[in-house]
Amino acid sequence: MKITPLIGLEVHVELETKSKMFCGCPADHFGKAPNTQTCPVCLGLPGALPVPNKKAVESCLKIGLALNCSINRLSKFDRKQYFYPDLAKGYQISQYDQPFCSEGFLNLDSGKKIGIERVHQEEDTGKLQHTVLNGKKITLVDFNRSGVPLVEIVSKPDMASSAEAKEYLKKIHEIIRTIGVSSADMEKGQMRLEPTINVCIENEGGIHYTPLVEIKNINSFNFAVQAIEFEIKRQVEEYENTGTEKSLTNKTTRGYDSVKKVTFLQRTKEEAKDYRYFPEPDIPPFIIEDDFVEKIRKELPLLPDQEISSLEKLGVEKKDAKVLVSTQNRLAIQIIHDYSRDDRVDPRKLASLIVNGKLDPSKDTKAQYDSLTKVGITDKSVLTAIVQKIIDTNPNVVAEYKKGKTNVVGFFIGQAMKETKGTASPLILSELVTKLLNS
Amino acid sequence: MHKVTVTSDDVKKIAKLANLQLQKDEADRFAGQFTETVDMINRLNEINTSDVPATYQVNGLANISRDDTVDLKRMLPQEVALREAKLTSNGFFVVPRVIDTDETESVI
Amino acid sequence: MKQLHELTIKEVHEGYRNRIFSCVDLVKHFLSRIDKYNPKLNIFLARNQHALEQAAVIDKEIAEKGIDRELLGIPMAIKDNFLTVGISTTASSNILKGYMPQYESTVTGKLLAAGAIFLGKTNMDSFAHGSSTETSDFGPTHNPWNPDKLPGGSSGGSAAAISAQLVTAALGSETAGSIRQPVAWCGVTGFKPTYGRAGRYGCIAMASSTDSPGPIAKTVEDVAIITKVISGKDPFDATTSSLDVENYPSFLGKTDLKGLRIGLVKEYLLPDMRDDVKKLILDSAEKFRSLGATVEEVSLMDPKYAIGVYTVVQRSEVSSNLARFDGIRFGHTRDSFGEETKRRIMLGTYTLSSGYYDAYYKKAQAVRTKMIDQFAEIFKTYDAVIGAVSPGPALSLGATKNQPMFGEMEDILVEQSSVAGLTSAGVPCGFVDGLPIGLQITCDQFQEAKALTIADCYQRNTAFNQFPDIDKTL
Repeated sequence: MKITPLIGLEVHVELETKSKMFCGCPADHFGKAPNTQTCPVCLGLPGALPVPNKKAVESCLKIGLALNCSINRLSKFDRKQYFYPDLAKGYQISQYDQPFCSEGFLNLDSGKKIGIERVHQEEDTGKLQHTVLNGKKITLVDFNRSGVPLVEIVSKPDMASSAEAKEYLKKIHEIIRTIGVSSADMEKGQMRLEPTINVCIENEGGIHYTPLVEIKNINSFNFAVQAIEFEIKRQVEEYENTGTEKSLTNKTTRGYDSVKKVTFLQRTKEEAKDYRYFPEPDIPPFIIEDDFVEKIRKELPLLPDQEISSLEKLGVEKKDAKVLVSTQNRLAIQIIHDYSRDDRVDPRKLASLIVNGKLDPSKDTKAQYDSLTKVGITDKSVLTAIVQKIIDTNPNVVAEYKKGKTNVVGFFIGQAMKETKGTASPLILSELVTKLLNS
Repeated sequence: MHKVTVTSDDVKKIAKLANLQLQKDEADRFAGQFTETVDMINRLNEINTSDVPATYQVNGLANISRDDTVDLKRMLPQEVALREAKLTSNGFFVVPRVIDTDETESVI
Repeated sequence: MKQLHELTIKEVHEGYRNRIFSCVDLVKHFLSRIDKYNPKLNIFLARNQHALEQAAVIDKEIAEKGIDRELLGIPMAIKDNFLTVGISTTASSNILKGYMPQYESTVTGKLLAAGAIFLGKTNMDSFAHGSSTETSDFGPTHNPWNPDKLPGGSSGGSAAAISAQLVTAALGSETAGSIRQPVAWCGVTGFKPTYGRAGRYGCIAMASSTDSPGPIAKTVEDVAIITKVISGKDPFDATTSSLDVENYPSFLGKTDLKGLRIGLVKEYLLPDMRDDVKKLILDSAEKFRSLGATVEEVSLMDPKYAIGVYTVVQRSEVSSNLARFDGIRFGHTRDSFGEETKRRIMLGTYTLSSGYYDAYYKKAQAVRTKMIDQFAEIFKTYDAVIGAVSPGPALSLGATKNQPMFGEMEDILVEQSSVAGLTSAGVPCGFVDGLPIGLQITCDQFQEAKALTIADCYQRNTAFNQFPDIDKTL
């Protein structure tokens, strides 16, 4: 029996614009007193109308371009209709059949391409809190988050393992942060993920697909990995027990319990939800021409993988390049590029020294580099003679060493360095001094 | 002869989607009325539209957006935002506990 | 000597300027008329409790600065689907009973900035669902010409307020006939600007793609003044136009219509239309000819198709627009919707639902394209098209019972121009059975000046602009 998991990921990114998607309320809602950042638009009052945030649209395009998508020339907003207390208007303004970006990809380190179905724009909902008031079970609603701009990134089900899923998520996370459209802080809910999983099972009976399962409420990459792994096992087992295969109507939603480390059924979908999408009549469509796309593309900084590549081309080791890029060490990266033209400096070594904390790029790089990389005189016989001479001419210091003051080794090293005008290898000197003092 | 008959089961499904409750006889009554209305709408099939696109907006506008600036003038103070609600508590709107609903909670 | 309630905007301003009466005098006069006649007519749902104080402040301004704002001290009635801070707004529905708006609509904000003074909010079909004002949850409004008759709708209250002369001017809105039809049944003057000419922010949405705020008043000049005030790009409404707003009143006063080509819509002379109504329309065509215009018959798509388009588009959009009324943040719960509203929400939900979207919504919008193209073709040759507004005069109370398609049938002659987003003036063109008949003068998008010019010339050269003696009729 051959088992191939088919994992797709839906990632929602909360944009860090100044204002909300369709109104001028502040988008920064974290930690604010409830319902203090609302207006007729995001509160869904009668007669209120949406006007799209230009920067949010550009951010969505940037994400799409960073993920190698095509920017659709014609796009529009649509209403996705359903009733829920956190959805003020009774519909969410989103994009349905003509999103801003489609058909992109992300390369994993292995070279495998993960397809990106679409990158589209929508608005966030309010927040719910369940509690008890006067003995009754109630739900509290806060609309500060209602209307905050979101970008939804939908991958194709191209990931075949939890490891690939985790790598995909990390790369997406890094790209978002590099472009600067969001801090993508998982704890603040600025990046939310939903895996959709099913499994392809090949046996003597043929090829079979298990029903699709969407997993909600995962708020860390590690939980995503755990949930995916549990779910794959569960689906295979369920198939072996029931033989149920994927159909158009048996997609289910499960939640993830991070304590018990299991997924659990949240609701069955007897019928596919009918969102009654139709074009948003209050917002004119978008016509995005090539020259505008190029303008946005030029505003993109180098993406992590591109950055890593360009460092590797200079000779930097991949692992060091990855560290520098993931820690967003702009200064170090800049210094390495600057010195790449200097024949006296080896970029590989420079990068390694920085990553290992031995060289501080905010101080005189060349001086530090020189002193750290100097090989110096290594000829042991020459150095032995020099060290011996210093030992012989400093009997009182030797006496102190014999008494137990081992740190005088530094004195001898210093003297030897002076003798050799700083060209001796400090490591070898240190070895020799200790050896000769003890003999 | 109706081209399409809207049944009272259809009406009940629609009411659910529309978050409306039906009174006793309304499902049947609406079913009859909707069937009539749908008949009238279906007359549109007499017009050939294979050569034209749909018009969703008549103003011919495109690319309308606003600058990303905060507009405090439109923002409502908390008391005003809550003022017209039947039930509030400590700055929140209050609804009976949401159970068995169509969407999962947006939990952080 | 005209009575205070008979004065037009200009005449009111002249009265202020010449100190013949003050704003407080005028407002007091209207308030006592409203007290007297509203119980029989059921026009006003809510009154502005501060009207007299505001009038006093305006008198002060007039004394200090003179008349420096276009609508300074003009008492107005506002249709109850516009959000007005300080005065309840219900859209004539129980679901909004007692709702005090938390913000001001763009259009009423502009009227206030121009110095207008609101006397109250007027009755309408509940959520604008209808062409009679009989679907109001707060009782129908009665036609001032004959209280057993309906005023039309959905802006029935505003039209009746003008006809009964309880205010100088009024504000309404048109989704498909909601200004022109009550204006016709009440024998007053009204104007539907191009869709996107005036902002919809703060106007409770019915059909988002056709809703157009517009004035109802005593004369074309008055509606021109108000149209100028309310028009213009609205930063809070992405569907408004950035085209400059012309000085509409300056276009009026033409002595003839020489050089203009007017199309008389053949299909608007409905086969079952009364002969006496048809005659009035044909007479108006003659009038235009006598004023120098060329009038020829033109052909449009059979209006019955417009019913289909409008029904689908309006119900689909309104089903979505009314989803926000869930009783959580404002208003009452959804079981407070009236029957007509419920019916329309459900039909709209049906037409948008999976499996039906293509057959209904998409199809209707494609037929809409054909209508738009057809008008565009006609306006290449003609400056305006004319026809009746309504198949006949005002119908009696109770006419809408058990008639789910009542509104659409009554609006059959105005739906096409509404779904195409055109501009149209409605003026009285005669009487049958003692009830007024209205004429529509429809022009291409953003040709407000042209429509108003033609309407104004027609009105000044006819004598149909009359007001009932409500002491006799009521």
